[in-house]
Amino acid sequence: MGTAAATETASITLTRRPPDRFRTITAIVAGAAPLVLVLFVLVLTQGSEPALRRFGLGFLVGREWNPPIDAFGALPAIFGTVASSLISLVIALPIGVAVAIILAEPGHSSIRGVIGTGIELLAAIPSVVYGIWTLYVLSPWSYEHIEVPVSARFGFIGWLSQPEVRSLFNASLVLAVMILPTLTAISRDVVRAVPRGLKENSMALGATWWETTWHVILPSARAGIFGATILALGRALGETIAVTMAIGNRYWIPPSVFQPAYTLASVIANEFTEASGAIHQAALIELGLVLILVTLIVNVVALLLVRSVSRETRITA
Amino acid sequence: MNRTIRRRVTSQAWLGFMYLLTVLALIPLGLVLWFTAAKGFQPASHIEFYTNVFRPVGVPGAGVKHAIVGTLALVGVASLLAIPIGVLGGIFLAEYGQTRWAGWVRLSSDVLVGTPSIAVGLFIYAILVAPLHHFSALSGSVALAVLMLPIVVRTAEGSVALIPNGLRESGLALGLPRWRVSLHLILPAAAPGVITGALLSVARASGETAPLLFTAFGNQIFSLDLTHPVQALPLTVYQYALTPYKSLQDQAWGAALVLVVMVLAINLISRWVLRRQIALAGQM
Repeated sequence: MGTAAATETASITLTRRPPDRFRTITAIVAGAAPLVLVLFVLVLTQGSEPALRRFGLGFLVGREWNPPIDAFGALPAIFGTVASSLISLVIALPIGVAVAIILAEPGHSSIRGVIGTGIELLAAIPSVVYGIWTLYVLSPWSYEHIEVPVSARFGFIGWLSQPEVRSLFNASLVLAVMILPTLTAISRDVVRAVPRGLKENSMALGATWWETTWHVILPSARAGIFGATILALGRALGETIAVTMAIGNRYWIPPSVFQPAYTLASVIANEFTEASGAIHQAALIELGLVLILVTLIVNVVALLLVRSVSRETRITA
Repeated sequence: MNRTIRRRVTSQAWLGFMYLLTVLALIPLGLVLWFTAAKGFQPASHIEFYTNVFRPVGVPGAGVKHAIVGTLALVGVASLLAIPIGVLGGIFLAEYGQTRWAGWVRLSSDVLVGTPSIAVGLFIYAILVAPLHHFSALSGSVALAVLMLPIVVRTAEGSVALIPNGLRESGLALGLPRWRVSLHLILPAAAPGVITGALLSVARASGETAPLLFTAFGNQIFSLDLTHPVQALPLTVYQYALTPYKSLQDQAWGAALVLVVMVLAINLISRWVLRRQIALAGQM
């Protein structure tokens, strides 16, 4: 009887699929990414607790940053971050979309290969190299050839007056260069994903290349290009080193784009290792918390947009 | 007829304008490379630059050996942490990618790619530097690993998913367990893509400054001790560039040149590896 029971168990274990332990192990290891992300938010929230408790929501609208008297408000840094990112988008978006359209065109694959490689190498150059280049080359050039002439002619408009070498504008300029690859790569994929039939129909109806691009391709790629723009915005918001070396680091809301400003990331980079007390350090961590919450939201929105577009085109194509 | 010509001219004008913008987009690349090469060549052409460490301003023969070795150590340890975890995570996403858990892993990796690197520095400071009361090379490596992880995960997933199902099925049909199929059949076949992703993450980590500011911190002397602060090339560029001394600024350009050559070399190698995979896939 004992042997009968044993054979029965054996046959059962033979027919049942063994548990896939490899799957369990890889699933746990893959959990590193979500784990890091959750820990990230928790740790920064905990680290900024003294500042959160002391300043509450007033932190976000306070304009003063004065460590000796423990007065901390984030508004100028938030302003500088958002303003530099938006200006860089205004500069980079038309260029990025133009490059994407050129890259997505058929034919001349060798030229397009060179252009594509060049744009990708633009993304490979480290932030600090852009920083030193901006500090010694781009900013002085832009001051002399853009800021001074523009403010001489349009200086009566307040926010185009008082040019300085270290300025919000010059920081936006280098940011524009740095987000261009993100913008171009995703826009190119989106433009390529536009069903060929649409383009061919338009050409068959006698529309020129430009009419097809402007009235057919760009409208159907709109949502995806918007997603690419938001993704690039996320990169611009968090960029630290090059901006810190270009923006002039003055904690105020500047009256002109040609004046120095400050960003969330730059304040952290400059002050964190020399934080003068518990509240100062907590306030800096809270700046970091504000920064990652904003970029988290921006990134999730952008990812959902880009994904929904690629799903849509898959269905229509 | 006139209208047709006008439309055609408008179209050609816009096409020309777009090519012009494309050229404009590539000008910064040329300028950055040119100025880095021109200003960095002089300091980087002395052998002492690679064999000596920091010397006070005015003392000749200063070098950045400590920063080069520091960067190699930081990125090496970060790779040991991020690449195995990332590759296994990528295999999970490619092989069991339809589950809800996989969806979360994918979303968090994508979000993590876009997270500001300075915030990663704060995060690692809070969990590894503050509790131990001192800056360390190890904490810098962990910060770099956090930045590398999502890149490795997503590129590994992409290249594993490209392997045709036939290979998987033939392995399983021969009675191999799932893990052997994944690690001994699929992974070698996907190796060029996985290596490309790993190299790209290494290139990104080598150039990062912000996450090292409050972790590896920087060090003026040569150090290989993982529990002590260590210098890195990007930190050298950042710190020296902001000093008022011409000699240090020159060294900053020299270090920038070394960094750019390193990062671009890694990028070009990874491109070459990837092209080999595409060529191989063509034969399959």
